[in-house]
Amino acid sequence: MYAVEMCDIKKTFGNVIANNNTTLRIKKGEIHSLLGENGAGKTTLMNILYGLYTADSGEIRINGDKAIILNPLHASQYKIAMVHQHFMLVDNMTVAENVVLGQEPHDGIRFNLKEAYGQVAKIAKEYGMKIDPKESVNKLSVGTKQRVEIVKALYRNADIIILDEPTAVLTPQEVLELFKVLRSLRDMGKTIIIITHKLRETLELADTVTILRKGVNVVSLPVAETNENMLAELMVGRLVCFEQEKEEYTGEPQILLQVKGLGLKRDGIRHLHNICFELRAGEILGVAGVEGNGQTELIETLAGITRPTEGTVRINGDMPAPYNPQKLLRLGVGHIPEDRGKRGMVKEFSISENLILGYHHNSKFSKRGMVPYKALNEYALGIINEYTIACDGPLSPAGTLSGGNQQKVVIGRVFDNDPQIIIAAQPTRGVDVGAIEYIHTQLLEMRRRGKAILLISAELNEIVKLSDRIAVLYDGRFVSIGEASSYDEMKLGGLMTSSPVGERAGDIDGKKQKE
Amino acid sequence: MNNMIAFLVSLLSGSIRMCIPIAFAALGGTLCERSGIVNMGLEGMMLMGAFSAVCGSYLSGSAYVGLLAAVVCGCMMGLILSGLTIRYKCEHVLAGLGINMFAGGFTIVMLQTVWGSRGKSTVVAGLTAWPLPVLNRIPIIKNIIGSVSPFLVLLFVCMLLVQFVLYHTVFGLRARIIGENPYVAGSAGIDVYRTQLICVLCGSVLASIGGAYLSIGDVNLFFKDMVAGRGFIALAIVILGGWKPRGVVLGALVFGAAQSLQIRLQAAEIPPQLVQMLPYVITILALFLVKNQGKAPAAEGTHYYRDGA
Amino acid sequence: MVKNRKNKIGKLIDDKVFLAVCAFFLALLVLTVILLLIGYSPIECYSSLFRGAFVGKGNLANTLGTSTPLIFAGLSMMVASRSGTFNIGIEGQIIAGAFASAIVGTSFAGLPRIIYIPLCFLVAMLVGGLWGALVALLKRVLQVSEIIIAIMLNYIMDYLTKYLLTYHFTVDGMVIRTEYLPESALLHKMLPLSRLNTGIILAVITVAFVWWLINKTTFGYEMRATGYNPFAAESAGISMRYMPLAAMFISGAIAGMAGAIEVMGVHEYFVADMTAGYGFTGVAIGIMGGGSAVGTLISALVFGSLRAGSATMNRMVSIPGEFIQIFQALVIVFVSTPGIVRSILSRKKQPSWKLRRKTDE
Repeated sequence: MYAVEMCDIKKTFGNVIANNNTTLRIKKGEIHSLLGENGAGKTTLMNILYGLYTADSGEIRINGDKAIILNPLHASQYKIAMVHQHFMLVDNMTVAENVVLGQEPHDGIRFNLKEAYGQVAKIAKEYGMKIDPKESVNKLSVGTKQRVEIVKALYRNADIIILDEPTAVLTPQEVLELFKVLRSLRDMGKTIIIITHKLRETLELADTVTILRKGVNVVSLPVAETNENMLAELMVGRLVCFEQEKEEYTGEPQILLQVKGLGLKRDGIRHLHNICFELRAGEILGVAGVEGNGQTELIETLAGITRPTEGTVRINGDMPAPYNPQKLLRLGVGHIPEDRGKRGMVKEFSISENLILGYHHNSKFSKRGMVPYKALNEYALGIINEYTIACDGPLSPAGTLSGGNQQKVVIGRVFDNDPQIIIAAQPTRGVDVGAIEYIHTQLLEMRRRGKAILLISAELNEIVKLSDRIAVLYDGRFVSIGEASSYDEMKLGGLMTSSPVGERAGDIDGKKQKE
Repeated sequence: MNNMIAFLVSLLSGSIRMCIPIAFAALGGTLCERSGIVNMGLEGMMLMGAFSAVCGSYLSGSAYVGLLAAVVCGCMMGLILSGLTIRYKCEHVLAGLGINMFAGGFTIVMLQTVWGSRGKSTVVAGLTAWPLPVLNRIPIIKNIIGSVSPFLVLLFVCMLLVQFVLYHTVFGLRARIIGENPYVAGSAGIDVYRTQLICVLCGSVLASIGGAYLSIGDVNLFFKDMVAGRGFIALAIVILGGWKPRGVVLGALVFGAAQSLQIRLQAAEIPPQLVQMLPYVITILALFLVKNQGKAPAAEGTHYYRDGA
Repeated sequence: MVKNRKNKIGKLIDDKVFLAVCAFFLALLVLTVILLLIGYSPIECYSSLFRGAFVGKGNLANTLGTSTPLIFAGLSMMVASRSGTFNIGIEGQIIAGAFASAIVGTSFAGLPRIIYIPLCFLVAMLVGGLWGALVALLKRVLQVSEIIIAIMLNYIMDYLTKYLLTYHFTVDGMVIRTEYLPESALLHKMLPLSRLNTGIILAVITVAFVWWLINKTTFGYEMRATGYNPFAAESAGISMRYMPLAAMFISGAIAGMAGAIEVMGVHEYFVADMTAGYGFTGVAIGIMGGGSAVGTLISALVFGSLRAGSATMNRMVSIPGEFIQIFQALVIVFVSTPGIVRSILSRKKQPSWKLRRKTDE
């Protein structure tokens, strides 16, 4: 018997069809993976199941009976709960307040906080999860926050639990912990649905997989009958290349960037401590680490946005780096920001105008204090063609482009100004598989041409695939740095949580470290 | 000694007199902002409250009817603000400023219509102070706290009420969470729009009552521009009070005391224009001296889309 | 056929200018209803308004003359908001400019015209600009919304100038005002006994200048980047310390010009409250103009007509001129909330999933 059936679901947003008559059937007591690229419609479909959206047409059946789900309250009546990708937690409130929200224990209008503490502690104990109901959420580690979300679901007696990209922000150890929890929940009879774009996790954890592509259900299979290549091909619709040919740089491997003792302390919190490394021409140094361990601060100090409190950065030998993004750009330091929407581009600006962001004082792009728009638009057209950016021309606002194409604009801008050093932060985040391939090829091309590249990424396989050397950033320090060949994913995962591989990993008391 | 007492008494009564309207408005502003709606229209709401209170008192002869009129007016203003920001996704700041401008023009036009004057209304029945039973017999003390303004009592009651609701009820918990992140609340099945609506309505009524004090609680008439920026000072007090009901009322009291003290300490030879400039200078100074009183509700000023972000 | 019409309306709904025009008429509609409710005849009001603004050479001249400072006020708002700051302090900046130009204009009577007029303008722009930059500075230092700061500064400048005027710069006698400015500091009136003066030429030139500055220069590029996305601007090396200051200085300087022109072109002296309300009208103009220089110019002319006509309306219908503030408020709200106009226009078209549905309870 099917726990969940979604039949012929159609959902459009304006002109975009998110779900195109999608049908989904999920058996009771299984772990079901909903696999697809960004924009395939998986989150939309689950949001409909959870009542955050309402389908334009189609029917939902829970345990065989027709179900009307128009809001999360209805979903909760059908014992459906959702753990979102971006945690639905309020930072400055306690675990208990977050968990009981919506079904608070109360005497009349009075909220019974003590009762809330008690109930949360009870559930945590019952399912074997270490959680302190009185703790303030902003003090918890990411893995623990996710467990709070799961406790939220269990508090509502959920039988069907949907998890949206649950491993996006976890270390390999935390992922193992999570899988353990999910498997035990399944064994207790819960139905688990995982929305993911990660093939390996589907293969490792799920019983059944459904692949969505462009809003359509392509196929549903037992995981035992699939493999990585098959899933990738079904997801994208064509053959996907996983290995990449690496051509070497043939020139002098000079040291282009030297960082010594870089440190940053702000508002009493130490974000970076004694960062030391060198970057040579023609190499990629990959910085692995879970988000929140100083990556943003490292990028901001190197890009000139924040002044470090200690240490020196030298470019091309003896020149100390100025703390001014424009001067750094002019010295040949290119920056692909980790959040293109926030720091990478202005979505109201046209593609042309975005292409000169940061370079707008160059003599090419500023003549007598004015922007030479005509020449600029022609230049933009050239970039659009070279990087195959799908758009309505150089004048179209950057906000109308897809994620992958926006990233191409950013990369086109950085690469076309011939930098010597490139800081590439999360270069393929939120970008579909086809564009990921393209961006990786471009980065390797830059490496072949002798650029020094600092690659900061939360995607371990990206780091492993592209890097010559790898450094692990944990709690603001490089806890390890060396040749890429001396690391594998498990070892990296251990270093990322600063616990050696082999021991029982995961946060001991679920708390973050702070100086 | 007598001079000292007289001075302190006058200082205290002056402080309270300046504190009350701002405290009400700040309390209202806090309630709105805690649920995520920034209320820039406090100034206009106070003005409309002052005006409707005078109208009500004028037409009925009773100041209490005036107060009721102010409450009703506050409800209407709250409906307008919430309709604009919650339903139509107007920028909160612009909705508030629109209310301010509207109130400014509307009250002057109505002043003309009702009283035929462009400057001020006639004197109306005001809310007289309530004599306190035992205290108003004792010789010296009766001059200090022999009687109390009903508005002061109301302020105290409202402060305790808002404090209780925000921190000890289910409704308050939900409202605070909406102010931090409405999507968290929405995903837990809470009706975000309804909660925000209630908070904005109550907040607007509070602001309106603050304005009513200015007219029927103090001078017993309405004159053009009588709020004179207090609504904006109240917004600063919300920040200084850390978005907490008690902190905000305390802040208003401190502000009132500062202004009261300044005026009394300086001799009467100070030019009136400079004295009038004081509250605004004090506000900026206060914002300068007092930092980090707490963080604003994280999601204030944002819009919540029920059908997805 | 029906489908085509629906598509056309669909496209129009997204057009900013169309929406702004609809918003304007919606505001007019609501104003009409309010007038009726209060007991005035809208027809009488509007016809006297129209006559006061447009009928007759004198009236037309006054309309243009009234629009002149409003053009500057609107441009001031526009420049600030394009760079990401909401300048509600225009009111105070105008007063600053007016007062400064009056003081300078009555202090150096011997100077030849060709130096004196630009000097007065420069001082007005300087003072207005500094007062505007102060808003940006305090915003950065206090970490508080610029609206609260600007409103405080408005009151402070108002009382400051009133104090200075009353105690240091007023003429003898009953009236509190500065001396008359000498001929060499005055702008020519283009029509005698009207408000129209050569300042209007200056206004139009400033419109062109602002358009050029914002859209064609590298500095304007930086301003727009800051306004749209300050983080991206910061990463691009645009200084988040100096850009807001520079933008607010320019904004304040333009506002200062508005004040100077009122003094030098219309009144010929400074008196308290002479520019009252111009700043807030400027805010409404800036919003209605939607961030474009030409849009701002047109909006300023519209509001100028309203203001000029309202004096006649006051005489005929005895409604106070302040009713314009009601209209300003309605315009601000309806123009900046396209959702209202859209929902009225497309009520039959979309199931409006963005608005609250009655079925979802």
